[in-house]
Amino acid sequence: MRSFAFHRPSTLYEMSALLGGVADSMPLAGGMTLLPTIKQRLAAPAALIDLSKIPQMAGISFKDDVLTIGAMTRHVDVAESELVRGKIPLLASLAAGIGDPAVRNRGTIGGSVANNDPSADYPAAVLALDAIVVTDRREIAADAFFRGLFETALEPGEIIIALRFPVPSAGGYAKFKSPASRYAVVGVCAAKKAGKVRVAVTGAGPGVFRVGAMEAALEGSFTPGAVAAIKVSSENLSSDIHADAEYRAHLVTVMAKKAIAAALQTL
Amino acid sequence: MSNIIGIGAAPRRKEDFRFLTGRGNYVADVKRADMTFGVFIRSQHGHAVIRGIDRTAALAMPGVEAVLTGDDVAADGLGSLPCGWGIHGSDGLPMKEPAFPMLAQGKVRFVGDMVAFVIADTLELARAAAEAVVIDYDVLPAVVGVLEAVRPGAPQLFDDVPNNLCCDWELGDKAAVTTAFRKAAHVARLSLVNNRLIGNPMEPRAAIAEYNGGTGHYTLWTTSQFPHVVRFLMSALVLKIPEQKVRVVAPDVGGGFGVKQFHYGEEAVITWAAKRVGRPVKWVADRSEGFVSDRHGRDHVTEAELALDENGKFLALKVVTLANMGGYLSTFGPNIPTNLYGPLLGGVYTTPAIYCNVKVVFTNTVPVDAYRGAGRPEATFVVERLVDVAAKEMGIDRVELRRRNIIPKEAYPYQTPVLVEYDSGDPMGCLEGALVAADVAGFAERKTASERDGKFRGLGYSTYVEACGLAPSRFAGRLGARGGLYESATVRVHPTGQVTVLIGTHNHGQGHETTFAQIVSEKLGVAFDNVDIVFGDTDRVQFGMGTYGSRSLVVGGAALSKASDKVVVKGKKIAAHLLEASEQDIQFEAGVFSVAGTDRSKTFQEIAGAAYVPHDYPLEILEPGLEEQAYYDPVNFTYPGGCHIAEVEIDPETGIVTLEKYTAVDDVGTVINPMIVEGQLHGGIVQGVGQALYENAVYDDVSGQLLSGSFMDYTMPRADHLPNMTIKTHSTLCTHTPMGVKGCGEVGTIGSPAAVINSVVDALSHLGVMHVDMPATPNRIWRVIQNAAMPQAAE
Repeated sequence: MRSFAFHRPSTLYEMSALLGGVADSMPLAGGMTLLPTIKQRLAAPAALIDLSKIPQMAGISFKDDVLTIGAMTRHVDVAESELVRGKIPLLASLAAGIGDPAVRNRGTIGGSVANNDPSADYPAAVLALDAIVVTDRREIAADAFFRGLFETALEPGEIIIALRFPVPSAGGYAKFKSPASRYAVVGVCAAKKAGKVRVAVTGAGPGVFRVGAMEAALEGSFTPGAVAAIKVSSENLSSDIHADAEYRAHLVTVMAKKAIAAALQTL
Repeated sequence: MSNIIGIGAAPRRKEDFRFLTGRGNYVADVKRADMTFGVFIRSQHGHAVIRGIDRTAALAMPGVEAVLTGDDVAADGLGSLPCGWGIHGSDGLPMKEPAFPMLAQGKVRFVGDMVAFVIADTLELARAAAEAVVIDYDVLPAVVGVLEAVRPGAPQLFDDVPNNLCCDWELGDKAAVTTAFRKAAHVARLSLVNNRLIGNPMEPRAAIAEYNGGTGHYTLWTTSQFPHVVRFLMSALVLKIPEQKVRVVAPDVGGGFGVKQFHYGEEAVITWAAKRVGRPVKWVADRSEGFVSDRHGRDHVTEAELALDENGKFLALKVVTLANMGGYLSTFGPNIPTNLYGPLLGGVYTTPAIYCNVKVVFTNTVPVDAYRGAGRPEATFVVERLVDVAAKEMGIDRVELRRRNIIPKEAYPYQTPVLVEYDSGDPMGCLEGALVAADVAGFAERKTASERDGKFRGLGYSTYVEACGLAPSRFAGRLGARGGLYESATVRVHPTGQVTVLIGTHNHGQGHETTFAQIVSEKLGVAFDNVDIVFGDTDRVQFGMGTYGSRSLVVGGAALSKASDKVVVKGKKIAAHLLEASEQDIQFEAGVFSVAGTDRSKTFQEIAGAAYVPHDYPLEILEPGLEEQAYYDPVNFTYPGGCHIAEVEIDPETGIVTLEKYTAVDDVGTVINPMIVEGQLHGGIVQGVGQALYENAVYDDVSGQLLSGSFMDYTMPRADHLPNMTIKTHSTLCTHTPMGVKGCGEVGTIGSPAAVINSVVDALSHLGVMHVDMPATPNRIWRVIQNAAMPQAAE
């Protein structure tokens, strides 16, 4: 690790000024990706801007059928929140299954969504729940936010403040986790709201994506059986030493069934 | 005397207090005044010619002491890293033994090969300077797999090693095997891969060295399982400095599993560098560095055939293996897939004829050497898988086929056709015990329950034996060992009667401080708390070969037992004088010397006091003091073994294998501390389960990059992968070790991979599956199921 300056702003204004003004600076949320990257000398920012003391980025609230989670909320806090468990239980169980206790005690929802790791859990929920990504500049719909491998709609210096999740009538998340890293080899999130169903898949490809055929089938019948025969093509899916593309394609169907079953359990 | 805690007791481990309270002293904890920090620059290429190294920019950085390269090593006339075993091929010629320079010279041969060593005032500075060193490579095609490496036209690692073949080794009676196969009613055949593993001890390797310019003494602290051997190899063969001027200290070491039982180039470089820069030099590997530099294990490709008569009696076994050595010969490298493999192919069976051919092959990968079990898990896997294949093909129950071929208890000592003679054992007893302990009778019901849930359930057996307690030196010497394999212990009785043991084995998790104290407590009647065990320092301990091959109790414990007996012999002489009796009339029991048939006695403490304050003492015939030393060289290996039974459930939809039950009934000879034995079994089994289901070191076959180079991609077994295990012992006593012990450090790792894979194959047997390679990952199992289902789908 190279040495770097450390700033801890306490207002959004101060944060923006630092991010804009300090050359070669990077925002620090939970640091679960950034810090190992720096330690391995793959990144060498001159300064880190720690986001942990900005009040707008903390806390979980519920209003008008929307659950708002501050970007700096740790996975463990989402997993243990009575509010989250009551309103969108799939989010709590998803958070409880991220990484290991050390990661959950440090990692944040905003950091995970901004990083958009192709195997991260949260992007599937953000996309399936049709969440709004609130930044220090604007609000971005989930469908417009994720742009493939580690790419998002965020502009340089733009910071996620919170995630707004409309409460679905039913929803579930199921992941086939890597036995090594505990990332999603394939994770499927399915959610139903006002008759519409969204199915989002993480881990399987270079970025989170929706499966239209499953969504249509589930709008007809929100049951595991509805997706059992729907296969996704393996053509654009990832292949690595843990799972080849065909296996991942197969797992999308298996995990979709499990996600629906989980959704029905919470009804 | 009170608080005697002897053989068979299960006290809590003495060493755990300091570990659990953060008071261990590891190499990374060692700090020396004015020390510098070193960073190794390692090859990023699997195979490349080094065209040039430009260190100008790095050396210009303030605080950078030195940048050392292979040229400096050559200029100082330093030796190659030695290989401790010289094996011979079937042609009678010695193995090809290319030089293994401590810093690469001219060429790099694996990703992680050391190219330069950068020394600076701080670690950060050393890292920055390492980035400033410019290395010009000419990248060559790499070859990582054994099958590819021996093909014509394959990239050649060494100019003088044609076809990358280090040695074409064989064992056994080829003609007898050929004849037996001709007469066979059935031949079972199997092709298999024994997957490459990375040991990953919790503590990464580390070293710190210091040179005293006044005395010419060197001190090296290193994460080693055998500090005396490091001292000898490094001083005599690599650095060519006086052995008596080198002290090697291996303090608390956080796990070894074989990874730390080699003399590594880092140790020699750091010791050499400490003198060159005139300041202590410290290096601590990070985990990523460990993945590409800790010696790897296993990596075999094997074709095996078993010939049987019409009743299922084994007639002969033929095994042809290609074993990966990696880029160079490590300390024990060529010994592992040959001498520790072929002689174990007899297993627990009466197979009369065995032939084994092993081609030992260089590739552009990390050198391969001993990893817990070392050769014996590979042999067990071949034999136990083949037995299951034969049973299936002949329609004979797997247990019944084993019963028909197991060596009966009465037949011991049993000479196998592959060198070794088993002194004792009762594999049938272990099998019968395990059948009960694993509730095999209830398996059918459990299988039905799994099927109701849409799951497949399987049961797998491994009835196995291993050879450990390494090793009888004379025997090992005939097989190519270049050193002895005895062990030494000193029992130093203090004037108080309290005891310090100086022993040449090394404790890095095995609980020696407890087990050895129990032996002394039992033998001398000294309180368990009054015995301290010292190890890991060549300036304190006389000599030792260290800890590996399940040898510490078997060989080191035997030396300790003998030294303790010598203390009693001398104590009796002292007691005879003090009690005015003849030596023959002195009895010793539970810490008291007494005259037979009288109430006259002296405690062990009183005798010790007399030995050190010899006012009333037979000085004419006896030296003062009470300290005895023994060296012990075993007459044979020991042969622990047993029966392991694994039970798995497979989810056909995902391919996930869940280990539901695990039962082990092992014969480890005399048990000194049952808690420690059970712990060794747990750990060993988990490592075997790791090989069977999770762990796999994978290289990119074009670039030679290690694809599983971190815990993100190398799957370690975790607590949530494992069920509670049933561990039992069914012991016969070793006939030649002083206490009847056989060793237990590796049995778990040796017996378990075959048991697990046999259970996986059993679960899939209704699909016609005959074999599944390790690790049985979900993707692999799903593939196997898909492929098995495919012909049916086509109908």
